[in-house]
Amino acid sequence: MGKKKAFTGALLAAAILTAAGCGGQGAPSGETAKAPADPAEASGTIKVLTHRTDLVQNGTMAKYAAEFNRTHPKVKVEFEALTDYEGEVRIRMNTEDYGDVLMIPAAVAKNDYPRFFAPLGTTGELGARYRFGDKTSVDGKVYGIAIFGTANGFVYNKAVWRKAGVTEWPTTPEEFLGALKAVKAKTDAVPYYTNFKDAWPLTAWSNDIGSVTCDATATDKLAGPVSPWREGGELHTIDSLLYRIVDGGLAEKDPSTTNWEASKGMLAQGRVATMHLGSWAITQMRDAARRSGADPDDIGFMPFPAQRDGKFCAMLATDYQQAVNVHSGQKAAARAWIDWFTEKSGFSAKEGAVPALRSAPMPGELEDFVDNDVTFLERSEARTGEVNTVDNAAEIGLNKPDYRQKLVDTARGAQEGGLEEFLADLDKRWNEAAKAAGS
Amino acid sequence: MTETTDTAAPAKVPRRTAAPPRGGPRRPAPPRGTLLRRLTPWLFLAAPLALLITFTYVPVGNMVYYSFTDWDGVSPDRSLTGFDNYVQIATRPELFRVFFVSLYYLAASAVQIVIALYFATVLSWNLRFRNLFKGILFFPYLVNGVAIGFVFLYFFQDGGTLDSILAWFGTGSDRAWLGDPASANTSLAGVSVWRFTGLNFVLFLGAIQSIPAELYEAAELDGATRWQQFRHIIAPGIRPVVGLSVILAISGSLSVFEIPYIMTGGATGTTTFVIQTVKLAFQFNKTGLASAAAVVLLLIILLVTWIQRRITPDERVDLV
Repeated sequence: MGKKKAFTGALLAAAILTAAGCGGQGAPSGETAKAPADPAEASGTIKVLTHRTDLVQNGTMAKYAAEFNRTHPKVKVEFEALTDYEGEVRIRMNTEDYGDVLMIPAAVAKNDYPRFFAPLGTTGELGARYRFGDKTSVDGKVYGIAIFGTANGFVYNKAVWRKAGVTEWPTTPEEFLGALKAVKAKTDAVPYYTNFKDAWPLTAWSNDIGSVTCDATATDKLAGPVSPWREGGELHTIDSLLYRIVDGGLAEKDPSTTNWEASKGMLAQGRVATMHLGSWAITQMRDAARRSGADPDDIGFMPFPAQRDGKFCAMLATDYQQAVNVHSGQKAAARAWIDWFTEKSGFSAKEGAVPALRSAPMPGELEDFVDNDVTFLERSEARTGEVNTVDNAAEIGLNKPDYRQKLVDTARGAQEGGLEEFLADLDKRWNEAAKAAGS
Repeated sequence: MTETTDTAAPAKVPRRTAAPPRGGPRRPAPPRGTLLRRLTPWLFLAAPLALLITFTYVPVGNMVYYSFTDWDGVSPDRSLTGFDNYVQIATRPELFRVFFVSLYYLAASAVQIVIALYFATVLSWNLRFRNLFKGILFFPYLVNGVAIGFVFLYFFQDGGTLDSILAWFGTGSDRAWLGDPASANTSLAGVSVWRFTGLNFVLFLGAIQSIPAELYEAAELDGATRWQQFRHIIAPGIRPVVGLSVILAISGSLSVFEIPYIMTGGATGTTTFVIQTVKLAFQFNKTGLASAAAVVLLLIILLVTWIQRRITPDERVDLV
């Protein structure tokens, strides 16, 4: 028996030593990933990690790669589509094997970018050419180029809203609630659909930070113990609106079993009137309308109901950013792919998204915004790192669905508490975390 | 270490007879051969041990190590923070509040054991179609947990299967089963009963069938009823297996994960300790704190098991 115990002890000790021995990687070089001057010169096989499993499966990405090969004949592009992109890539980033080109996972802290990704150029040079550069800029160097961006707002069914007698976009949260009430009274549609079960659509509300007061730096201002949910704050307006929608019985009856895929058809057919999403959803909703025989032109998009000087503002937020693995042996070819994909592939136009390239036009999907003179504001990301640190320390999750799920539960009486109490608690947690992180 | 000597002993016999008849004093077997013979069991064990260490003890060791750091799960930097994470866990009561959710599952496991015991007993007697029933009862355990989550999501939907079935019996209501904490947790616990009863059932059935048939015969000759047979033969006969099931039920209830994670994602007060841990690690990038939480859960389960073993010590069953 004694021997056995000694042996187990030895095993455990060995295991712990092995564990402690791991970690610590060599310092990366910091050399800029430049595309070769002559496209025909770029060569090698690159692996692109992507979250778009749908586009890889239906061959769309392969078509892009074939198109790319016309100008870069010696580069072979391979795709690896990951269903749980965030979860898998963040774990793989503990090794050196995470593709040549990848989308920067949200979990990577901004200050760590130089250790994982090769710099793509200076902030000045890339910032003039591309939108959303400051999201990935560290110490004057840019580490990622956005695949595209999205404007934030409400997708709605125009026919249903017309039937309810609302033809103008509401300009205040009060008017918005009034419009939803009219939808409830005059039509059979569910006025607002939360997508509570699938949860991630609830995070879209956070992208409105800035839309309320027309301030591109609104997110930056959250860094520090600033009580983001105080009366008059952006998040107070945003989360109160969601609370009052649910509290007023204007959302679906059973949020706990909602279904995202089904919800597209429901909005297209007018069974749901409104949902809060990014502008990327418009194409998907129109597709759903076409498939179910409804009119795609009924799908409309409106900004957050708040105005400044008689004008609406819509925040432009970046989608995933493409980066080059700092350990990649094919940096030139990888960079060539990123440049080509961003500028020449036509991907963002096809997705109906805001192009990363400044010179490219806004997509047709945002026609309503352009026609109505909605001001597009590019969200400043200068202090995103600090904001995220506070957010994680407070365990609130501005870009996670959990606290809004709890907000919805509180609003419909499934959990105790009221709005002000709930928001005050968030403020308290935020401020305490900010103070602790700042010390 | 008894195995080594046991296996080595018979090997000596042929060697003695096969020894060359050269005479002279018999020398002990060459040390190399002995060494090899001593190593043989370890050589056989090498592959399973390597797998066990690589996939069980190294990860556990890693986890324990992470629990003393402030690692965020991605960054190459991590610094040792001592017992900081454990202090946090101990001083934040909201991290432990989620254990109340486990009570729903604990109650459900009691129901589950009773159901499994009932069916195992009934189906151990001669019954028409009993193999069919055994199959039906065991089947849910074979279905993938993710699939079960999705199926039951439709089942509990507002106006879904459950509501339709209730409507046939005239108690039709359309209600959001997963809509408020009490009914959501009860519903989820119900799914877990549906899923795991089969496992308990098979364990009990195996134990019951290992009881010698003569005992039942003798009991029947003496005029024992079915209940008496259960009370005096089956129940004492399967006590160790019931004990094991109770341990599994308690540790299972403390570490419920996939059913609530898939069906509600922990919303509406259905967060269990493991879901909370996963969220700490993968949403808020607190891998260190989450590892500490996992270590705490491990310790709690070990403690519960130890207490349980002390209360009902492992005893030999001797029916005859």
